[in-house]
Amino acid sequence: MLEDLKDAGLCAFFALLIFAPFLGVHLGDGTSGNLTLGPTPERLALAVAATFIARMAMLAWHRLRSKRTAKPSNGAAAARAAKYIGPVLLAVAIIFPLLPGMPNAYIDLGVLILTYVMLGWGLNIVVGLAGLLDLGYVAFYAVGAYSFALLASNFGLGFWECLPLAGILAAFWGVCLGFPVLRLRGDYLAIVTLAFGEIIRLVITNWVSLTGGPNGLLGMPAPSLFGLKFSMAGGPGTFAGFFGVDPMPWQKTAYLFYVILALALLTNWVTLRLRKQPLGRAWEALREDEIACRSLGINVRNTKLTAFAIGAMFGGFAGCFFAARQSFISPDSFTFIESATVLAIVVLGGAGSQLGVVLAACVMIGIPELLQSLQIYRMLIFGLALVTIMVVRPRGFISIRRPSVSLGKAKMIGAELRAEGKG
Amino acid sequence: MSNVLELQGVSSFYGPIQALRDVSIEVPEGEIVTLIGANGAGKSTLMMTIFGMPKAKTGRVLYYGEDITTLPAFQIARKGIAQSPEGRRIFPRMSVEENLLMGAQVIDYEDYDVNLKKMFALFPRLQERFAQRAGTLSGGEQQMLAIARALMSKPKLLLLDEPSLGLAPLVIKQIFGAIRDLNRETGLTVLLVEQNANQALRLAHRAYVLVNGQLTMQGTGAELLAKPEIRAAYLEGSH
Repeated sequence: MLEDLKDAGLCAFFALLIFAPFLGVHLGDGTSGNLTLGPTPERLALAVAATFIARMAMLAWHRLRSKRTAKPSNGAAAARAAKYIGPVLLAVAIIFPLLPGMPNAYIDLGVLILTYVMLGWGLNIVVGLAGLLDLGYVAFYAVGAYSFALLASNFGLGFWECLPLAGILAAFWGVCLGFPVLRLRGDYLAIVTLAFGEIIRLVITNWVSLTGGPNGLLGMPAPSLFGLKFSMAGGPGTFAGFFGVDPMPWQKTAYLFYVILALALLTNWVTLRLRKQPLGRAWEALREDEIACRSLGINVRNTKLTAFAIGAMFGGFAGCFFAARQSFISPDSFTFIESATVLAIVVLGGAGSQLGVVLAACVMIGIPELLQSLQIYRMLIFGLALVTIMVVRPRGFISIRRPSVSLGKAKMIGAELRAEGKG
Repeated sequence: MSNVLELQGVSSFYGPIQALRDVSIEVPEGEIVTLIGANGAGKSTLMMTIFGMPKAKTGRVLYYGEDITTLPAFQIARKGIAQSPEGRRIFPRMSVEENLLMGAQVIDYEDYDVNLKKMFALFPRLQERFAQRAGTLSGGEQQMLAIARALMSKPKLLLLDEPSLGLAPLVIKQIFGAIRDLNRETGLTVLLVEQNANQALRLAHRAYVLVNGQLTMQGTGAELLAKPEIRAAYLEGSH
């Protein structure tokens, strides 16, 4: 108990040091328009006290947990649950935009979350399966978005024609990135991919004649439903006119929702299929041991390049959709923080887990948006939530890996066992 | 009898450091050839050089008379050479089944079911552990898995790098027994690298001694076992 007090006291002391410049003083307007700097000890005291109490609670909880005897792996139960969670989530997603009285803003948030789910699934191929740490994934998102924007404005192509082209171009750049980094692993690979993401962004920013530079590009067409446009004007050739309903903003948002849902599901389906194929298995083997792969006759170069290419392709699809949804893009949308967010989604979800990505995307994108009303406290709560998750589930939400093949009863591979690393 | 593998005056380097000096060995068809040597003698380098990682700087590596010195590793594996590498290098987070599938990938899963049955007969433990994560196996089981994984590609030549490393004497006996059976029953050619000289020499038809990257002695297993200098250097204290 005394130890706990000491520990919590130390934490409180650090909190005092950290918070003093932020919360200890208040910058206010003086009477004659000048700025005043007044001490606000009560706010500082509150923060320090909160830290102290939280630390005490955490220590107490840890103590409680270590007292309980180690439970046998609940991997099997979790896996059984996972079997149902997937279809249930899918059903919820399908009826979500059609629920009566669903505000347009919520459907829009759903579109945003699904975009990140798709990006997460795409990056999961590179990071989760092939084990190649990619910090520049946003580059392919940008390539997809700008491919669509340029093809649409220069050649008058629509969303559906551009979608495959954007994917192909992104995959091409994936291979371009893949070649120079074939020999790199881990942190070195991360640095080069990070640089690659920045290069793409800087090229877009500075190639003003082609990309419009920092001003971005404007006026991309939104996806159409078999040629039917979504327009508030109504009339023939539009969705509302064709079906004889009143044009409403949510119709377009709901359509976008279904488009991105379909694209995300395509990503998921391809990944799940590939995991059962020799290629997917080779990716996973590559993540485990590259030298063993070589001596087993795996062409490591091609295997890595396909992982980069396929991951990049889905990033390109997502970028194309993003551009169509916004109908405006600028380099500001493709900064490093986007790569970091997508990587955080993959890691938070438990690298390699498809369902984990969905949960993590809801947390990472949903929480900050839903907390808008809390204004300045929202990032605080968000940060707290992330720290809590990583403390409680250090290997991500879903950290069981189901073998891609199994004869008879599938045995689950528990997270607890993963910890021991290579044998 | 023809040579499955032949090294002619091979030297290889790790950066500026020379690890092998003018090494020539022959691995005749159907034999178990053993290479013994102390830590750092270059045994594993020799294994890896056969696989082109690193490539031999001088000299040639011949496989059935064909020069494979400059081929990339994956193509060497496709020619019918399989390896159970040093430290086993199984895929720990994948199941035993997936590990074996990875072994068969190079020959497009040809006769997969038949080969699998053979592996189960050779190492029954693998059948018990089939759906289990490979990283949870014991050291001996992991070594069995590494050998079985290599054999799934139906190789003509099996390279084994220190299969006895860190294993209990009983398990070593079991594994060496399996290697002997394989060689007797299927005529599989084996190149075995070992520190455990006693066991390895008993098994070998032919043996080489590697010291500081150079071959110093060669002969049949029994011949080397009888030599006093071998006994003094490698066998004292072992059994």
